[in-house]
Amino acid sequence: MKLARDTWLVYQRQLLLMARSPAWLAVGLLQPLCYLLLFAPLLTSALAASGAHSTADAYRIYVPGLLSALAVMGGLFTGFTLLGELHAGVIERSRVTPVSRVALLLGRALRETTALLVQSLLIAVLAIPFGLTVGLTDLLLAMALLALMALMASSVSYGLALLVPTDAALGPVVNTIAQPLALLSGTLLPIALAPAWLRTAASWNPCYWGVEGMRALFAGHLDAPEVWRGLLLTGLMTALAVAWAARLFARRIR
Amino acid sequence: MIVTKGLRKSFRPRRGAATVDAVRGIDLNVAEGEIYGLLGPNGAGKTTTLRMLATLLAPDGGEATVAGADLRAEPGEVRRRIGYVAQGGGTTDQATAREELVLQARMYGIRKAEALQRAEQGLAAFDLAEFGDRPCKTYSGGQRRRLDLALGVVHRPRVLFLDEPTVGLDPRSRAQVWSEVRRLREQGMTVLITTHYLDEADALCDRIGIVDHGGIVTEGTPEQLKQEISGDAVTIGLPGAEDTAHAERALAELPCVQRLEALPGQDGLRLHVDSAATAIPQLLRALAAAGLEPDHVQLQRPSLDDVFLALTGRPLVHA
Ligand SMILES: Nc1ncnc2c1ncn2[C@@H]1O[C@H](COP(=O)(O)OP(=O)(O)OP(=O)(O)O)[C@@H](O)[C@H]1O
Ligand SMILES: [Mg+2]
Repeated sequence: MKLARDTWLVYQRQLLLMARSPAWLAVGLLQPLCYLLLFAPLLTSALAASGAHSTADAYRIYVPGLLSALAVMGGLFTGFTLLGELHAGVIERSRVTPVSRVALLLGRALRETTALLVQSLLIAVLAIPFGLTVGLTDLLLAMALLALMALMASSVSYGLALLVPTDAALGPVVNTIAQPLALLSGTLLPIALAPAWLRTAASWNPCYWGVEGMRALFAGHLDAPEVWRGLLLTGLMTALAVAWAARLFARRIR
Repeated sequence: MIVTKGLRKSFRPRRGAATVDAVRGIDLNVAEGEIYGLLGPNGAGKTTTLRMLATLLAPDGGEATVAGADLRAEPGEVRRRIGYVAQGGGTTDQATAREELVLQARMYGIRKAEALQRAEQGLAAFDLAEFGDRPCKTYSGGQRRRLDLALGVVHRPRVLFLDEPTVGLDPRSRAQVWSEVRRLREQGMTVLITTHYLDEADALCDRIGIVDHGGIVTEGTPEQLKQEISGDAVTIGLPGAEDTAHAERALAELPCVQRLEALPGQDGLRLHVDSAATAIPQLLRALAAAGLEPDHVQLQRPSLDDVFLALTGRPLVHA
């Protein structure tokens, strides 16, 4: 009860601050739109090997990957905002109050999740006139999957920011994690194109199953095993990531 | 209100590096409604002490009771009863003072309607109303500091910790912060304040603990400290060299005189006495008995600067 109330409190404040930086919002939306409008047409031929015969097909493969990449990358880099708050003393000020420590993490991670969801929904809807077809149930489930991925990535990022609390040190750490994570989950190109050993490696990637689930949903295969497997495994990984970061928050930020 | 015994904390800056004993056994006993000042140079351990008492840092040893709650056993209870204003503040640039006050109150579990009311009162009480709906990044140093204070007391704590509340402020803003602190004390709040300004400790605090190298070197009221260390200095101007020599013989034997020397460059004496209040009448009587009449008698109170110098062998400002 207190956790829910406090999380809501932190979350509200975070949303308010986000709404106050419109420049940031604009960049957040323009960037993926550029990918969508400029890069995707190139892919029609590139993705022919995975069965893309038209722009619509290419979008079906490309959009879920793009959205997953956004969720994971956006989430992973959100730790830098926590560093800013740590340096400004905002976190310390919260720590002297009896506010729930886990709420300080959850409110922030959920803000990031919300931002990424809004961004993703907008991209998905904008892609429809360009030939993307997706059912409502599929889209909603895909958004749920994305939310889980964003929550997982931002929790991990906040945890890392607490462990390595300087800009100079956090950058390389996040990059080192983000690069292989993105490549090996097949966000940009389906991992099915890869040789067998790479595919084995990819199956150990915590994001891989989510991306597979996303692709299945955008292909309209609601009952494909990738969907429930993606939701289940990503949900599990998210729970682990949140638990880890929350523990760290509670311990470092007692 | 604040009782500590042997509070200790060391840091290990890097793995393998030597430990820094930031605080090595601090004993405090601050009464309700008192303004207690920790006065000491950079790195003395003032912030570390405050952070421990505010539950931000786990002590390595010792015990403490803050506002009736045990620091180790019930840190949550301590948090509910105290307010803490950090050395660097802790406001969000994009938020307004009103929003910050509401959030702060709500983090203490206060309901929304009540929190809005408290914010309004806080803005009025700390003279923030005029710009209370402007983002904090537009505030001057003094305005920001007053907001920090308002945030520290929005939940009406019994004990308030202030870490260097006036550092970097102009004299007017400083005076304003001092009067806010005095007002809080009048409302019955106990205030533990750190500072490395002598005048601040002198003007604001009921009692002062002088901190150096992680320990309290001495403590007492500003008056006691000044007296304990160097007593008072009195200068007596006399009409001529002959009178001066005469007076020197007349006064040297008085029990209240610790030391005396001729004034450099003019006729007269400089005397060190335990307490000028009781010594001056005796001095005048002794002079009259010797048939001497001084031109002037001047009292020079020692400053806390002298106290610090006497205790540590270093002046505070350059320490
Ligand atoms: N987190 C930390 N890690 C390592 N050393 C620390 C840490 N915090 C404080 N110290 C060290 O402990 C000592 C006491 O620091 P503290 O901040 O308590 O001093 P202070 O009296 O508040 O000084 P100032 O007047 O400069 O604020 C210093 O030597 C400082 O370098
Ligand atoms: Mg300090």
